[in-house]
Amino acid sequence: MTKFIARRLLLLIPVILGVSIISFSIMHMIPGDPARIIAGEGATKQDIEAIRSKYGLDRPLIEQYFRFMKGILTNDLRSIKTERPILKEISPRFLNTVQLAVVSIFISSIIGISLGIASAVRRNTWLDSFAMFFSLIGVSMPIFWLGILLIIIFSVFLGWLPSGGKGGVEHIILPAVTLGLATSAIIARMTRASMLEVLNQDYVRTAKAFGLAKRKVVYKYVLRNALIPIITVIGLQFGYLLGGAVLTESVFGWPGLGRYVVDSIFNRDYIAVQVGIMIIAMSFVLVNLLVDIFYALIDPRLRRG
Amino acid sequence: MPKKSSLSITVKRISKNKGALVGMFIVIVIIIVAITAPFIAPKDPYKQDLLSSLEGPSLNHPFGTDIFGRDVLSRVIYGARTSVSISFLAVVIAILMGMIAGTLAGYFGGVLDEILMRFLDILMAFPDILLAIAIVAALGPGKSNLIIAIAVYSFPQFARVMRASVLTIKNSEYIEAAKAIGESHISIMIRYVVPNALAPIIVQATLRMATAILTISGLSFLGLGVKPPEAEWGTDLAMARVYLEIAPHLGIFPGLALFLTVMGFNLFGDGLNDALNPRLKDR
Repeated sequence: MTKFIARRLLLLIPVILGVSIISFSIMHMIPGDPARIIAGEGATKQDIEAIRSKYGLDRPLIEQYFRFMKGILTNDLRSIKTERPILKEISPRFLNTVQLAVVSIFISSIIGISLGIASAVRRNTWLDSFAMFFSLIGVSMPIFWLGILLIIIFSVFLGWLPSGGKGGVEHIILPAVTLGLATSAIIARMTRASMLEVLNQDYVRTAKAFGLAKRKVVYKYVLRNALIPIITVIGLQFGYLLGGAVLTESVFGWPGLGRYVVDSIFNRDYIAVQVGIMIIAMSFVLVNLLVDIFYALIDPRLRRG
Repeated sequence: MPKKSSLSITVKRISKNKGALVGMFIVIVIIIVAITAPFIAPKDPYKQDLLSSLEGPSLNHPFGTDIFGRDVLSRVIYGARTSVSISFLAVVIAILMGMIAGTLAGYFGGVLDEILMRFLDILMAFPDILLAIAIVAALGPGKSNLIIAIAVYSFPQFARVMRASVLTIKNSEYIEAAKAIGESHISIMIRYVVPNALAPIIVQATLRMATAILTISGLSFLGLGVKPPEAEWGTDLAMARVYLEIAPHLGIFPGLALFLTVMGFNLFGDGLNDALNPRLKDR
């Protein structure tokens, strides 16, 4: 097991390096002179030169990359707009995104697993068709349109929930449901497929033949064995939610990291964009790694693969 | 292995699949609307009429009017044109990039394969539309940058599909035979390898059209894609969000068009997949 984890960690290095290089290069893919763009319109030649040397844009690219990485690790790298250390700007927003993603994955796991179980047990009934229809809608629904619809229904017409901002529990419900719909659809599909596979196993047939109650068979034997792929999908989806929260955060004005990155693009705060995108991508990679390790822990056959 | 001669079988299978038929119908309608937008739109989508701003649906304006008094129905129709044209171009570019990368990686293998695949892993480490956002953040908003962003963000999928199908046929006897009679690498790839991979590529392309259309409107919703006043569903929804309290109807129609289009491509793509890989069905 230690060997497996060590190998996965080793494989992680090139990905992390690559992610950091791509994030770093955002500022250098700008067509034209980044210093001029950061300085804004109407800047004098001296202004532009000052910015160029302040951000080290006149140094060789490799040196700039190492300064960038070192700046993050030593907390010297600062936001262009607020001049505060960039990690100080990012960490509260990242926590907001994590909070939204956690609530969201919780809601969508409950919806997804119950729908999935119901449709697998009552295969080819109206319930099954409904669950499959729901999951079709879930994967095709534009997340920001879902947010707008929920605002129209629950804020504008019913007046039950606020349409945006951050505050009490009532503020997180609409964004969390919005963010989680597609995820609950995917979890429902996975649960159904996984349950059906186990339901066809010999030991389930044996249990049924012994005359055990259907309820007991479903929950004690089937669900428990079907759970591994379901938990894996939930883990992977959690990673997606962290990254996919950008649109949801924008619809509801939720002060998360995705929204911060988008705002920073408009503020030409390229350092905030670089570091924000890097942190989102890295947390996605790390969550995937944890899911892999978890999977290997409970299913030893996978350690060799 | 689906081959060209099995085209009629594929058509038959699709015609038996209700979901695929609905999807195909929606896709055809959307493409016709996109092409004929100037002829079927009842009004000019850019003509402002500030006296009839934010009106609800009526006979004159079936979907109502926006803040500038523009006809929402006409904007939704023109929005199809914007989405379909951009996503089509982006997906075609992504297919070409993916086919080249995937064929090279699969056919030659070794170090080249290793490097290309690791690079794709890194691109795929950016979840959801984050990579597209990163590219647009650097290049700036606008249509052509949107096409580049979506192509770069979509091509790894095509490269993987292409590589996988190259690997399955690479060691088959007819490739051996072609090599034995001295055909060049390029000719083998174009004559034998690429045609064999077309079926999964077409499936992937249909599904990727859905993702591309979602990405276009997502980025435009954030203000990073198609710029106003051009009619685009995401751009119009961003404006609708501002006036939701006083004009909720604005939030309905562009989103409904977007949703139906994405669902159409998804259904059609899934149906194609089932028809071309019948063994995978029923899972």
